This record gives sequence, structure tokens and C-alpha cells, in this order.
Amino acid sequence: MNELEIELLKLIERNANLEADKIAKLMGKDIEEIRELIKELEKKKAILGYSTLIDWAKVLDKEEVTAMVDVKVTPARGVGFDKVAERIYRFPEVKAVYLMSGSYDLSVSIKGNTMTEIGRFISEKLSTLESVLSTTTHFVLKRYKHDGIILEDNDEEDKRIVVSP
Amino acid sequence: MNKVSYISRNVAELKPSGIRRFFDLAAQMDDVISLGVGEPDFVTPWNFIEQSFHALEQGYTSYTENAGMIELRKEISSYLQKSFRLDYSPDDQVIVSVGASQAIDLALRTIVDQGDEVIVAEPSFVAYAPAVRLAGGTPVTIQTQPEYEFKLQAHQIEEAITPRTKAIMLCNPNNPTGTFLSGDELAQLAAVIERHDLLVLSDEIYAELTYDETYTSFPSIDGMKERTILISGFSKAFAMTGWRLGYAAGPSEIIAAMVKIHQYTMMCAPTMAQHAALEALKNGKPSVQEMIESYKQRRNFIVSSLNELGLYCPNPGGAFYAFPSIKATGLTSAEFAEQLLQEEHVAVIPGDVFGESGEGYIRCSYATSLKQLDEAMNRMKRFMEKRV
Repeated sequence: MNELEIELLKLIERNANLEADKIAKLMGKDIEEIRELIKELEKKKAILGYSTLIDWAKVLDKEEVTAMVDVKVTPARGVGFDKVAERIYRFPEVKAVYLMSGSYDLSVSIKGNTMTEIGRFISEKLSTLESVLSTTTHFVLKRYKHDGIILEDNDEEDKRIVVSP
Repeated sequence: MNKVSYISRNVAELKPSGIRRFFDLAAQMDDVISLGVGEPDFVTPWNFIEQSFHALEQGYTSYTENAGMIELRKEISSYLQKSFRLDYSPDDQVIVSVGASQAIDLALRTIVDQGDEVIVAEPSFVAYAPAVRLAGGTPVTIQTQPEYEFKLQAHQIEEAITPRTKAIMLCNPNNPTGTFLSGDELAQLAAVIERHDLLVLSDEIYAELTYDETYTSFPSIDGMKERTILISGFSKAFAMTGWRLGYAAGPSEIIAAMVKIHQYTMMCAPTMAQHAALEALKNGKPSVQEMIESYKQRRNFIVSSLNELGLYCPNPGGAFYAFPSIKATGLTSAEFAEQLLQEEHVAVIPGDVFGESGEGYIRCSYATSLKQLDEAMNRMKRFMEKRV
């Protein structure tokens, strides 16, 4: 990965919505070169997708519940944790799965419309998997910062005086 | 009682800064996009702020040594060594000041006798010439020229020298032009300076903010360290303008004299700011790097946008200012800036407030978010379409 690619990736990691012509100007490159580079990075799967960070709490009638579940599992011979992880991450309700060091094995993030819905998923689907030994569920009460972005950032406002030497 | 008559003649004769008038105009409008701000748009990195909290909680609320905390002077000294290969002893060759501005004032008051001349290359930071006057000296201005990309030429210094010339102010990279002088270019100036035995006040507050070439600090040039007072601070690269923290480094005799003025007029720089600066030097590099990368991108963006608009703008090598020519519009700098502010609510600074050769140019600071810059360029496009 060269410097150019890294600079481009950092720019769109911060803002997936940044148009190619702006990226070209910011990097002092030709727009065609940038388009080509993006295509290449998509092909290499360095860029996996473009998502939007949404504060659903601001949208009417749409309150989402997120739970972080600590899962203890029995790893399987030959495939380790990968097989059971796959069994879990294939469910669309599951938004993230990480293999962890420490007192449990998998950290599973689950989204649903209500606590009951998530509770049902855990008791019916997750904890009933053969290799799952135990689950500990933590519900998220408030999101302050997500993926490096502060949700209610009052710092956005420019506090500088308009003209200064 | 005629109060005005009590004001010293020196101060009364001082012209108010041309920037001030613009500030008053712009302050009355809402939705102004300001490219008129000479400071970073970044808030001070959190670890610097947090360190200052910690220092306050620990009860560090009293004076420090006049020259600044020795721990901070040590860090400054090692920073200058690592970044610019400069050797300054933290014990007697570094002073911590209230912003680089105070360091300039201290340096001038230290070296200037009544009637001494100090050469100032304009367009320049608006405070240089007034600071020379307040110190009792006479500023002798040189106008750098657009055909040399506003780079100061050795022959210009030569022409400005008189028997009363004591010192010259240099600022590299330059505010407002963004002009960057390379090591070779500085060496040419150094030759004249040495021949005429001048002292140099080298304002290097933007030294970190250079984008294309390696930076050469003026005192690192052969023979220049003994005749240079290096001035810098935390405002620009470390995004700490409001903390008011700068420093000077130079020959111990001169620094000692500066400390003498400082102890009688200021005591010391703010203690909590000194603690934040300590953290900035110890652990601030990643944040500074990130800001530099962002400034570079925005420079590329604004320079290419301004050129597209027909406002000729060479690539500035440093600082966070673009200095495009507005001559194509047939307007004066002041007219351009005023009309742009009235019609499109975009604030830029007319180039002539920084010196007469700045006429025909405007200073646009790109230390503002990409979103704001983009919108400013759209508004300026509309403005230009009505005129050219």
C-alpha cells in the first residue's frame, strides 16, 4: 500500500460521501487517477463498502436497541473459533463479532427494535448453539461516541472571531 | 481635560490595524464564512487540555520562573534539536513568552535604541512595524515583489541598509503570502546580513506548517546562530492560539536581557498554559502531523479552486494562507474584500493591510473546514461570474 492509497483511504474513511473531484483537488491529483485508484482499492477489497453513520434516536418512531453480548464458546478442532463465529455472524441481527482475549471468547453486537426481540434472539438462537457455553448480555443505554465520531458534539461550532491577524 | 493629549505621541501616531475595520464589518453579519482568520480551525488536542486540567488540580496555580518552567525549556531545547538541529541551552538560551507576539516585543525592546532602524519585509504580519515603533525604533519596510513570488531578495536588503540599521525581521514561511524560503535562498540573505553585521529576528511560528520541501531554520545556517533571535510558539502548529504561549531562543546575553524586561513587565507566561505546552512537546507529534496533512490537502484544494476562478494563485509553500491576485477583476484589494463580504458574506483580508505590495492581492486562510472552504469557493465563483 503506497502513501497515495493511504491518504485516499484516510480521507474517505472520515467521509465516504466525499466526491472524486474534491478528493482529486485535496490530493493535488487528476480526477481520473483518483477514480482509477478507488476502483483498484475496491477490487482489492481494501474498500469493503460505504456506510452512513446515523443517529437513529433522532428519527421519529424508530428507537433501536443494541446489546453487547459476551459469549463463551468451545472451540472446534481444526477450525478453532472460526466455525462458531461464522454460525453467529451469519444472522442479520448480529452487527459485529470479535474474537477477544480475556475472560470470554466472542464479543457479539446485536441490534433489534426492542429488548424483548433481542432477548428472544439470544435465548432462542445464540445460547442454544451447541458450542456456546454461556452468554452475558449488556444493553447499551446511550451512545456518546461511535467509530471516532462524537454523537452530540457541541464543539463543531467555530468559536473563533471572524477576522484576526 | 483633553484626554487625547495625554496619550504618548508614539502611540497616538500608530495607525490602527487595517484588519480591525473588517472585523467590525463582518461581525455584524450572520452566516459569514471567514477566510480571514489567522489561526487554526482545530481545537487544541484533548491531551494538551487534559494535562492543563491535571496541573490545575495538582495546584500548579502560582508563578513559574521568569524564563518559564525549566522542564518546558528543556523540552523546547530538545524539540529544536530534533526538528531543526539547533543547539540551545535550556538554562540560559531559551525564554518562554506570552505568545510569539510578546517574544517579538521583548526582542525589539532588548535591541532597539531610539532611532535605530529595523528592516521589515512586507507584506508581513501586521504587528512587526508597530512593534518596532513602540520599542522606539524606526521600521524600514521593503516591499517583496510578486514576480519573485514575494520572496525577499538579497539586493533589497542591501538597498535598505543605512548606518542606523540594527536588525532585520524575517518570517518564514510568511504570513500573509505563504511564501517559503529554502535553505539556499536563506543563505543568500545570510551573506548580506553577515556582511553588514545585522541582527536577525527570525519569526518561525509557521515552521512546522510546510508542505513540499524540508525546512531550514535560519539560525542553523553557518554563522547565523550568534546573530539570530529565533521566535516561535505553540499557537499555529499546536493549535493553541488562546493559550498565549511562545518562546524565543538566542545568544545567552540577549536572552538574559529579554528575561530582564519580561520579569518587570510580565513575570512569567501563564502556568497552566506552560503545562499544556509541555504535554504538546512530549506527546503532541501525532496530532500535529494529522493537522499538517489536513492543511496540505486544503491548500491543494483552495489553490486549485482559486486558479479555476481566474484568481491567479501560486502554490504557497507554507503557513495556512493563500495569497491570490485579484488584479483580473480591476478592483482594489479593499474593494474586492468589501464587495465580497457584502454580497456573498465571505470574509477575506485585503492584501494591502500587510504592506503596499500586497495591493492587488487578498489573503485567504484555509484553516477552515473543507465544507466551509467548498461553500466559500462556490460563493466566490458566483461573485467572479458577475465581474469577469
